[in-house]
Amino acid sequence: MIEFRQVSKRYDSDHTALRQVNFHLGRGELAFLTGHSGAGKSTLLKLIMVMERPSAGEVIVGGQRLNSLPKRQIPYIRRHIGVVFQNHQLLFDRTVFDNVAMPLEVMGVPPRDIGRRVRAALDKVGLLSKEKMNPMQLSGGEQQRVGIARAVVNKPPVLLADEPTGNLDPQLSADIMQLFTEFSQVGVTVLIATHDIALINQMGRRRLTLDHGELIAGGSAPVGGGLHGR
Amino acid sequence: MAADPKQKPDNPRGAATRAKSPINNQARSYLDHHRKVARDSARRLLKTPIASLMTWTVMGVALALPVALLLLLTSLQGVSAGWESSARITAYLSMDTTTEQARALAREVDSDGRILSVELVERDQALAEFRAASGLGDALDFLGENPLPHTLLITPQENARTAESVQALVAFVEGMGQVDQVQVDLGWLQRLNAMTDILARAVWALSLLLGAAVILVIGNTVRLAIENRRDEILVAKLVGGTDAFVRRPFLYAGAWFGLGGGVVAWVLIQVSLWWLNGPIERLADLYRSEFVLQGPGFEGAAALIIIAMLLGWLGAWVAVKRHLDDIEPGEIAGG
Repeated sequence: MIEFRQVSKRYDSDHTALRQVNFHLGRGELAFLTGHSGAGKSTLLKLIMVMERPSAGEVIVGGQRLNSLPKRQIPYIRRHIGVVFQNHQLLFDRTVFDNVAMPLEVMGVPPRDIGRRVRAALDKVGLLSKEKMNPMQLSGGEQQRVGIARAVVNKPPVLLADEPTGNLDPQLSADIMQLFTEFSQVGVTVLIATHDIALINQMGRRRLTLDHGELIAGGSAPVGGGLHGR
Repeated sequence: MAADPKQKPDNPRGAATRAKSPINNQARSYLDHHRKVARDSARRLLKTPIASLMTWTVMGVALALPVALLLLLTSLQGVSAGWESSARITAYLSMDTTTEQARALAREVDSDGRILSVELVERDQALAEFRAASGLGDALDFLGENPLPHTLLITPQENARTAESVQALVAFVEGMGQVDQVQVDLGWLQRLNAMTDILARAVWALSLLLGAAVILVIGNTVRLAIENRRDEILVAKLVGGTDAFVRRPFLYAGAWFGLGGGVVAWVLIQVSLWWLNGPIERLADLYRSEFVLQGPGFEGAAALIIIAMLLGWLGAWVAVKRHLDDIEPGEIAGG
């Protein structure tokens, strides 16, 4: 589902964020992405979301080679990738419902279906009763779950999370990890960037470790030729 | 705040009216989306009524000025057109022309293609009319001899009544033998024409400048709106909003600014017309002119408002082009 082939990313000057990264994540796989600050975790996630383009190598998501993707096709790729941020990126000028509805509105889903699907996603994260509230009224853990509902509301095959448990206590973190596990069980490929070693150890899942832009653990040669179409 | 309006309008239509084919469904949901965006954009403007009103007023003033001048111009051109249609050329024949010669000359002029009709006023007849009209009978008797010449009253054809054609006709008549003097009072008309020509150019130049000003004003207003909604734009782009999707609310906002500006301009023009009409009628009366300052009418008002909306849309488009495409969710993902 997500495949990196010899991917390097250099920002102007000499700063190299990623060096020849190879890995492949299959359908329904849940993996952690870890490493020190500045190791290249964010760059890797940005490459998957086409916020950045690789300097060399190939990034393939859902069978689509992203290198040659024209700029106006980028939104359509992003619709297949749900993203959860540490600072959740919720909008405080609208309700929880409207925050979660955004990916569907962007896709032109009819309003009736939007209602149904948003409530399904909110139900999934246990916030159905708070749909009319402003995200500002919610606790940190609840806000994070709204962010997760938004990321999965359009049932994307890929879910990325950048430090999703950054500010949460262990119990809330565990709850959120449980959600991610459930998504992976229904076939969503989940990649979670985190510093939280305790959490990673506790989960016992595949772990991609970056060090100064190099993938030092958890990488792999493409499995089965890597032609993993959706 | 936007959750309730989203659900309410869509529910009453119900499942029964839903289109069945996916393409229809798509088109409907696209239109629904446009309606929603248009409504939301309008609501946003109304939420800050003072700021919106100020923008509308700036636009209204900028639009009203050229439109008012354009109306004045049209009215003036109406005046000169009216006068041209009554343009008549008066040719005074020399004193030694006999009645027979005068009649022959009248026939000759009449045979020209540009002439609609020629009336010969013979000198005796002219004297009689003058005597009757002026009340100077005694003075005329004292003169002993008829001081008036034969006169040709020449009316040009409809299509030969422009200032230039009349000028050419005058030259033609002047060139004939026996014609002593040709009179046509077109001098002031030409001056008026020249002035309206200048005015027309000035009005167009002004329109262009003020149109550009409107575009810039709206562009700047929309730029601020874009800055205010930066987070929303980032998130929309992040979840796969196309550029068109992200631009749409701002383009609608521009069009609504235009609508308000157009309405304000129309009101300003109507008020000015009402205020000016009395004095203008008096002035026109003094000149015995039919001059009436024409209002924009329904079509004019509709055109004004449509143009205003287009300008607003264009201004928004400029801002969106310059500022929106720069907002990329690159920084959102942290370091």
